Amino acid sequence: MEGLRILPAGDRALVAEFGNIIDEGINNQVHALAKKLASEAVPGVLELVPTFRSLLIYYDPSSITYHDLAQRIRQLSESSAAAGSSGRRIWRIPCCYGSHFGPDLPALIRYTGLSRDEIIAIHSSVDYKIYMLGFLPGFVYLGGLDNRIEIPRLPSPRVRIPKGSVGIGGNQTGVYPLDSPGGWRLIGSTPVDFYDPQREKPILCDAGDYIRFVPITSSDYYDIRQMILRGTYRLTVQEGGGSYVS
Amino acid sequence: MSVKVLVPGPLTTIQDLGRFGYQKSGIPCSGVMDQQAYRAANELLGNCHGEAVLEHTLIGGSYYFDSDTVIALTGADMAASLNGSPCPVGRPVPIRAGDTLSLGIAKRGCRTYLAAAGGFDVPPVLGSRSTNLKCGFGGYQGRALASGDVLKLGIPGVPYEKIKENRIPCPDYPSDIIVRVIEGPQAELFTPQGLDTFYSASYTVSEQSDRMGCRLNGTAIESIHGTDIVSDGIVFGSVQVTSSGQPIVLMADRQTTGGYAKIATVITEDLPLLAQARPGDTIYFKKQPFSSGGQL
Repeated sequence: MEGLRILPAGDRALVAEFGNIIDEGINNQVHALAKKLASEAVPGVLELVPTFRSLLIYYDPSSITYHDLAQRIRQLSESSAAAGSSGRRIWRIPCCYGSHFGPDLPALIRYTGLSRDEIIAIHSSVDYKIYMLGFLPGFVYLGGLDNRIEIPRLPSPRVRIPKGSVGIGGNQTGVYPLDSPGGWRLIGSTPVDFYDPQREKPILCDAGDYIRFVPITSSDYYDIRQMILRGTYRLTVQEGGGSYVS
Repeated sequence: MSVKVLVPGPLTTIQDLGRFGYQKSGIPCSGVMDQQAYRAANELLGNCHGEAVLEHTLIGGSYYFDSDTVIALTGADMAASLNGSPCPVGRPVPIRAGDTLSLGIAKRGCRTYLAAAGGFDVPPVLGSRSTNLKCGFGGYQGRALASGDVLKLGIPGVPYEKIKENRIPCPDYPSDIIVRVIEGPQAELFTPQGLDTFYSASYTVSEQSDRMGCRLNGTAIESIHGTDIVSDGIVFGSVQVTSSGQPIVLMADRQTTGGYAKIATVITEDLPLLAQARPGDTIYFKKQPFSSGGQL
């Protein structure tokens, strides 16, 4: 495969690197390889960490050598390139824009010259690709923000951003999975928990999935929040042309 | 069966080997810093299920035991005492109900592990009992121990009679430390001069070192076009070089990804040396030839 480099990361991990830029095509290759490695259950492979442009692979050197694993990765990445991208999974994430849910929406209106409704329409019209997770448990790095609603980060970060906050930082948008400091401009909030250590699957989404924000009213927000706390809320997920609730 | 924390020490946490399988979701591994001392402590007691231990940092704590058990201390020698008399390290020590164990200050090394037969029993979170201080979960209520905390002990698997002869030698932690590294994955972003500096200069362990990273100060390592990269995965032992040219070795509490170039990775066998390094200690990096395990 053109562009694939395999590099040692110590004596128990290696990096399969597909490029050195943020690019959807490169990121697709990363996730395709991760899926292949996971489904093939290659003996000795312990943990996979997909990132923007590379896959970090932890392995047990007493089960598989670097050399053999590297060969296996080359074979798999050739076949995964042929497989292409099938079965896009899209999480429909309710988001209440503006007011105290998105205190920086007025600043974004001033900065972009767009109206409130235009900004919401633009932000909620894209299937954002989850390139990777990192920084915090369940923090999604999303690609695909429309450049009309890009805005620089705050000059100095907030000390505490409430969990569920949806923000824009430069050319990226994302969701704060738990209360944390942060410098992104907050435009809304989702009642959905991206991270819940008590849930059977603590992290909502996987890298490689997509997110679509769906505008809701503040009363929807509180209704959904109540349903989540009662365990009766079901999120809509689209996959392979169909949709189901999760 | 429980242990009451009388004095916690400045940073004492419950740890096991760490939390694996969630790095792809942004959840750090956490876990003990010195895996060698951790394993030794559990082996001394016949613990064989990855039991959780207490990790002390530079200064130890004091504990009251409400029932009979067996403990072991490994890692840095903190001049422990049991009811006021010296308490041996590197061997199983029987404890009687009502005993008080007190750890002092590490003379050499940085981290001391206290294991108990059956392990410290806290609810596992995502498959591990390790404390994740940044996210506030795992271990004891997701935080460092405090005075008055009561820690439950697990059920011992092996009777004292079977383990009482177990011994491990007490390591001598030097203040000049040579750690072996495998070059890469981003060594190509440094100049030949920069690589030469990395392998020949001495680096001093900074006061700012913590469970996330062993921060080092010394001759700046020259890069070709700076050390910013598109963030990618980092392992226990990755040697990042910051924009100012100073190396940081990433340790147990590292974030899952990072945006600085990694010049090299410390080999697993030498990580305990860094886990025991104290502020002011001197580190030398030595290049370890990398064997891919392929046919020659």
